[in-house]
Amino acid sequence: MDRFVFLTFDGLARGAVYAAFALALVLIWRAARIVNFAQGAMAVATAYVAHSVSVATGSYWIGFAAALAAGLVLGAVVDLTVMRFVSHTSPLNAVIVALGLVLVIQAVLGIVYGNEFLPAPAPFDRTAFTVGGLVLLAPYDLFVFASVGVVVLGLAWMFGRTPVGLRMRAAAFAPEVSRLLGVNVGGMLTLGWALAAGVGALAGMLVIPTEFGLHPHAMDLVFVSAFTAAVVGGLDSPPGAVIGGLVVGLLLSYVSGYVGGDVTPLAVLALLLVVLLTRPGGLFSGVAARHV
Amino acid sequence: MNAPAQVTAAPATTGAGRSTLLRHLGITLVAALLLVAATYGLEPFRNFQLATVAAYLCATAGLTVLTGLNGQLSLGHGALMATGAYTVALTQTRIADTGATSGWLLAVSLLTAVVVTVAVGAVIGLAAARLRGPYLAGLTLAVAVVVPAVAITFDEVLGGEQGLSVPVAPPPLALGPYFPYERWQAWLAGAVTLLTMLLLANLVRSRFGRSVRAVRDDEVAARLAGIHVARTQVLAFVVSAGCAGLGGGLLAVLAQSVSPGAFSLTLSLFLLMAIVIGGLGSLAGAVWGAVLLVALPDLTHSLTELFTLSPSVAQRWEGNLPLAIFGVTLIVVMIAAPGGIQGLLTRIGRALPGRRR
Repeated sequence: MDRFVFLTFDGLARGAVYAAFALALVLIWRAARIVNFAQGAMAVATAYVAHSVSVATGSYWIGFAAALAAGLVLGAVVDLTVMRFVSHTSPLNAVIVALGLVLVIQAVLGIVYGNEFLPAPAPFDRTAFTVGGLVLLAPYDLFVFASVGVVVLGLAWMFGRTPVGLRMRAAAFAPEVSRLLGVNVGGMLTLGWALAAGVGALAGMLVIPTEFGLHPHAMDLVFVSAFTAAVVGGLDSPPGAVIGGLVVGLLLSYVSGYVGGDVTPLAVLALLLVVLLTRPGGLFSGVAARHV
Repeated sequence: MNAPAQVTAAPATTGAGRSTLLRHLGITLVAALLLVAATYGLEPFRNFQLATVAAYLCATAGLTVLTGLNGQLSLGHGALMATGAYTVALTQTRIADTGATSGWLLAVSLLTAVVVTVAVGAVIGLAAARLRGPYLAGLTLAVAVVVPAVAITFDEVLGGEQGLSVPVAPPPLALGPYFPYERWQAWLAGAVTLLTMLLLANLVRSRFGRSVRAVRDDEVAARLAGIHVARTQVLAFVVSAGCAGLGGGLLAVLAQSVSPGAFSLTLSLFLLMAIVIGGLGSLAGAVWGAVLLVALPDLTHSLTELFTLSPSVAQRWEGNLPLAIFGVTLIVVMIAAPGGIQGLLTRIGRALPGRRR
């Protein structure tokens, strides 16, 4: 029972990170109908920026801020220099270009920093404290919950309550009409990419200290988990992404706790397969009335 | 709807089919002769590279059928190659255990690899036929990422991180006692690949090949024309998986070992890059892609040797520069010249005087 409680809290902490990462995927999917397969690599790149800045300044938090800023900039740059020019004749095109980006980013990181694991310190203690004999969660997990919570609430507030959020939703939903009404559709798209990459950078900063360390491929498996989380939620729904993230986090935690850590990728694949075969639109989708 | 289409199409297929088959046989024969001639002219290392190109060509040609002609994006073909490679390793070990030494038994191993990969491909293909674009890419990506986990989970059979060694019989004595091993490898891989290419080229020209392209271009129209879309997609996946398994099996034979590290996610991405840069629409593009896969790391190696770099820095560049070049080329090709190398050549060919149609 103790173990179950611990694994549940651990799973929720992991899941919060997947939720943030899935949220970034959903942001771009809603804005541009693109699944950004380069998101993991982009997040790793910002984590390397944080590493350099932290080493130069001696402060973890300046590095943290630099990572978020780098994420925003990187997202905008990727949209303005690459994604904007991809033809939309086939949905494959954007995926293939994103994969090209993955190779470029990972190669550049490998050239600049080398392909060895670099240490990635956590800003708070990662040993879990116990309450009444129950091992609960670590201070670092609280930091994860708080950061992801702030982002989720911030995005919800932005899309629900601010004029910019309304314009972004309009630009994604009906680009032509929005353009006629004076919305800068291209600008909204760039903003969407920047925001998504910023959220991705945060997720990367939160998850990499819990893995083996900083490495050009550090986010490969995290990306697959987050993609699964987004698919569980349906790719289209931000609340779905959050719930999907928590589901995937719990699943991974139970599997690695009760079966073994090496099996977790297989568990992710199994979950993805089951969800895609039974409810391809995600757990929260309505059933399409008619399919041609 | 179905019957009249068959009536009108049937005479055309038999008429064109016969000459196509002859032409393909002719091309294969010429290619085989060129290959044998080349293996005598090249030094051993180049022969080994030639054999590697052949092995990759099986996989890229299969992926071309799936992604280029059927429009299904797979990021999991590295995993399918791994399936073939591990099958060959296990079968070859069993064969060696029985004490049999005939080189022909390698054919049994390769066929087993194809059968096993076809079975795996059928499972993924059944799921794939229900999925679209990014969903399929995500699922196959997960398949690609899972390879090391499978090798470690079943490490008693698959050897974990270490992998397995692949016992391979030496060249037959009939070729003489001093026959270079690399030339034998090039012949072996070349023969298997030429046969595969011949089969694929005819398949692409057949009724099935037309259905495959029709499904890519417009699923609804294909369905209205009486094509069973899901069945066509699953079949395309199965054919493509079989080719990938064969390619992986050949790679295992060439390297005489298999390990999860050789079949990483990067390999799957590389295969996709190769066929995109080669040219998505045709098997000729797959040939360019396979050549690129082998030539590019070699070229960047020579390039880094031009500069005097410290060993550790040189190592970083050498490992990562091909990746960067592949990535940049891919993005540029995708945006500026979606036809790839083969598309460019076709355009140049059409622009030449006298070739204008």
